[in-house]
Amino acid sequence: MKVRLDILRCESIGSKPFWQSIDYETEDENSTVAAALTDINNSGSYIDTEERAVSHISWECSCLQKKCGACAMLINSYPRLACDSKLKEVRRNGVIRIEPLKKFPVVRDLVVDRSIMMENLKTMKLWFQEYARADETVGDIAYEGSRCLQCGCCLEVCPNFYSGGQFFGTATIVPASRLISAVPESQRKEVFREYRKHGYEGCGKSLACRSVCPAGIDIEDLLVNSNAAAVWKRRKRKLKNGKKD
Amino acid sequence: MSRINIIGAGLAGLSAAIELAENGIASRLVSLQPSERAQSVLAEGGINGAINTMGENDEAENHFNDTLKGGVFMADPNAVENLTYGAPEIIRWLEGIGVPFNMENGDIILRNFGGQKKKRTAYARSSTGKIIMSAVIDEARKYEASGLIYRMPHHEFLRLITENGECKGVRIHDCYSNDKNSVIDLYGPVILCSGGLNGLFPGMTTGTTQNSGDVTAAVFSQGVLLGNPEMVQYHPTTIGITGKRCLVTEAARGEGGRLYIMRNGEKWYFMEEKYPELKNLMPRDVVAREMYFVRRREDCEDKVYLDMTGLDGKVWSRKLSDLREELIKYLGEDPKTTPINVKEGIHYFMGGIDTDEDHRTNLPGLFAAGECTCQYHGANRLGGNSMLGAIFGGKKAARTIISSGIYTGEDTAEPDEKITAEPFSEPASPILIERISEILLAGLGIVRNEEGLRKSLSELETLESEREYCQREKSRFRLAEAMLRGALERRESRGAHYREDYPDKNEEYRKATVAELKGGRVNISFRTLPERRKK
Repeated sequence: MKVRLDILRCESIGSKPFWQSIDYETEDENSTVAAALTDINNSGSYIDTEERAVSHISWECSCLQKKCGACAMLINSYPRLACDSKLKEVRRNGVIRIEPLKKFPVVRDLVVDRSIMMENLKTMKLWFQEYARADETVGDIAYEGSRCLQCGCCLEVCPNFYSGGQFFGTATIVPASRLISAVPESQRKEVFREYRKHGYEGCGKSLACRSVCPAGIDIEDLLVNSNAAAVWKRRKRKLKNGKKD
Repeated sequence: MSRINIIGAGLAGLSAAIELAENGIASRLVSLQPSERAQSVLAEGGINGAINTMGENDEAENHFNDTLKGGVFMADPNAVENLTYGAPEIIRWLEGIGVPFNMENGDIILRNFGGQKKKRTAYARSSTGKIIMSAVIDEARKYEASGLIYRMPHHEFLRLITENGECKGVRIHDCYSNDKNSVIDLYGPVILCSGGLNGLFPGMTTGTTQNSGDVTAAVFSQGVLLGNPEMVQYHPTTIGITGKRCLVTEAARGEGGRLYIMRNGEKWYFMEEKYPELKNLMPRDVVAREMYFVRRREDCEDKVYLDMTGLDGKVWSRKLSDLREELIKYLGEDPKTTPINVKEGIHYFMGGIDTDEDHRTNLPGLFAAGECTCQYHGANRLGGNSMLGAIFGGKKAARTIISSGIYTGEDTAEPDEKITAEPFSEPASPILIERISEILLAGLGIVRNEEGLRKSLSELETLESEREYCQREKSRFRLAEAMLRGALERRESRGAHYREDYPDKNEEYRKATVAELKGGRVNISFRTLPERRKK
């Protein structure tokens, strides 16, 4: 299989980005964008279509099985994990355009600094202050809320999120649902207030995040549950697909 | 007063940082990437602890015995006692920070796991690592906000700062910095929590690309001892996906999955026939070895299948839903209706940095915990003991520092660090990494022998004489040599180390392998294991 990879390169923080086109060939029909980037870097001898040497392409990766969120990038303008992007499925007319996520500052090539996500979780005080137990009644919500990869794909497509804004987006709303599901009485008021301020109030309900989440998290259901508890002060309910047996 | 420097932000590193913070001691959590990317998130099946919620009269002593026996009596019994007797408290701690374990009737339920006769493995479906990590990361965040944990993500370990045989700190590099030559020196005690040696076998393990083995290689070159470097765990059930081996959790067998091979045209459930008591749930070294041998029999086809078609619907929906999704995605086959082809794959490194039961290394001021150490698992690790070892080990290392009384928790306003310049430390060349990997794989397979190990050692030497190498490459050569020499010198079969030329275990070798770098050469010795302390 042959593809042309158009990669947006950037040598260092603040330097001018440029496009580089690389013709890549592999015998592995299931090869992914992650595998192609690894191959090109390991070979060290690739030449681009303008016959320039291809220097090491910086990108972040770790688990290679879509469980860690490291390799999120824009692939043909769609935010996704490189390890979960098969070349044969993402190519358009034989071309795959690869760019860093746009909502975060670029460090080098495809590496972006996503530390704002961790800062937002800290600002929202996302932790239990005291003993908290996610028992059977909330286990499904807490489980689903624990699955967020912190990859940033949801923030990339969110019309309401921007780095530094008061709305923290789905990457905070999902982990918050774990907290809300089992929050102790002493912390409830504060957690609900933070959730309303940084989650509920800024969300325009476009739910674009739902279709891009690489972990396939049932975002809408978590939102409904958290809103019921923190905004409408209704009793907690179970996830629709997680009936108790 | 210095902060404690923790290298690695997976379960071991986080647990150490939290334990220190709970005692008012400040730490820096240094990692290449945020905790969400750590290998701990890949752990699947569960975490062991004799909390005895299944009405089976389980107790910590059973867990102790199974762990020691699973490791073929090569682990430090006092360390294993600390671990297994401390396990119930760890599970209850996790429960109390909100980990949604699978529960019934108001309490945590447990599943069967390999090498253990009683149900002892707490779990969250088959994504236990990810689910535990989310809660532990949140718990650490509480102390990040209060300043007790200071995170340094995107920072790479370069080397220890040593003085007169003591560890005084670490030298690291900010990978996000434009200046490649800029390094940061952090002073204070160091806890290494840098994970297993997956990077020695790129594409061939179930681990992450971030566990390169570079930290272990670097500190070995700086005089830190290694323990049991020859002990490499092959997990019986993995599948090949692009770029790596993908784990099929042991929980698949814990919940009733069966292994078979086609023999003379019929299904042969070889594990059930050979091991009627534990059947498919024998320790991993035994299962992997049996699979290796049956695949080579003349009357058998060369593929082993994992048959989960007999599992009931509730198991799929409540306990293994995530495994099913994963297998459908990668294989295009539904394990609920079709047995899947599985193969042994490198999964865990029992060997690593040598520590005592309090997680001290041979360098004063340097501690280690988690998969980067040789602690707890002896010659073979039981499923469900890795996350336990990481959390317990991290906490234990922290407690050793706390109980030393030197670090009282007073924090200086400024981090005790110094930025200097050092010529860029090049990464190892991918081509060299690949060649060393091929040499190691040839020598350190499931079945080993003297001829193969000598051949690998000689090829390693030839490769090393081909050209000049950078420091990181030199260190990698020494680490590879230690693994091969350990396997060569251990002239017996024990756990994951099976020597066809010495197929039996030999009481003389019921000792810890110790690798030391002396005058540029790797020296292997065997250390007598301590006796279990009387209570």
